[in-house]
Amino acid sequence: MTDAVILAYDPEVPRQIAFFLIAAVMVFSAFRVVTTKNVVHAALYLVLVLAGVAAQFILLGAEFVGVTQVLVYIGAVIVLFLFGIMLTRAELGDDESVATERRGMAALTGVLLFGVMTYAVVDVFDDQTIDRTEASTTGQIGDAIFKEYIIPFEAVSVLLLAALIGAIVIARKD
Amino acid sequence: MTEVYLNQFLILAAVLFSIGVYGVLARRNGVMVLMSIELILNSVNINLVAFSAFRGTLGGEVFALFVIAVAAAEVGVGLALVLLLYRNSKTIDFSEVDAMKG
Repeated sequence: MTDAVILAYDPEVPRQIAFFLIAAVMVFSAFRVVTTKNVVHAALYLVLVLAGVAAQFILLGAEFVGVTQVLVYIGAVIVLFLFGIMLTRAELGDDESVATERRGMAALTGVLLFGVMTYAVVDVFDDQTIDRTEASTTGQIGDAIFKEYIIPFEAVSVLLLAALIGAIVIARKD
Repeated sequence: MTEVYLNQFLILAAVLFSIGVYGVLARRNGVMVLMSIELILNSVNINLVAFSAFRGTLGGEVFALFVIAVAAAEVGVGLALVLLLYRNSKTIDFSEVDAMKG
């Protein structure tokens, strides 16, 4: 590789910088989601995590999944969570009484799980790289859904209908 | 030449998954448990999309979309259950829910 090529603009550098910045924000926000005592703050930190996930999807070239993530999660699921928080009138700071031994066991489980998964991942995909440069277009996704994955797609639509009816039946006053 | 490694996405997803598991185990507020489950589902989606980009196929992205749909349905039913629990027992503290304990 000549000097000219090495000094040429490398589009992966800003991509990597963006990855690590967004990943740091995501990990911090995820920690706040599970540790903050204020339930509304937890929901707002969850927005940061979900937006970070959408940004990672776009960095991976999955634009349609990223946009769907923003629409469905940040647009709908978070609003649903805020409704749930308001309707149950969860007292702010109600998680202060979490038993410390329970928290310790949960932290131990999380750390062990992370250790096992990281070991497995590093062991198998040691230095594999993602070299895909072109993004997958929305048209390709649509073709895949309606050709190869038409049966799971129909199953998901039935599942959504079942969840809709189930949620109404469970939550209505009678 | 900077390389984008598959591992960086997988380890980020592992971190989010572990944090979500900690939240499910340590939190007692029902809404917070559901939020932690959302963290877990999102980490799985990062894995699916990362492998999709790694292999150059679309299957992972399509299944990430299915996971998003299933997660939306799960939140709807889960919050309905939490609301019912609140209406019946005036608490959403999962450690106080022991009606089915033998």
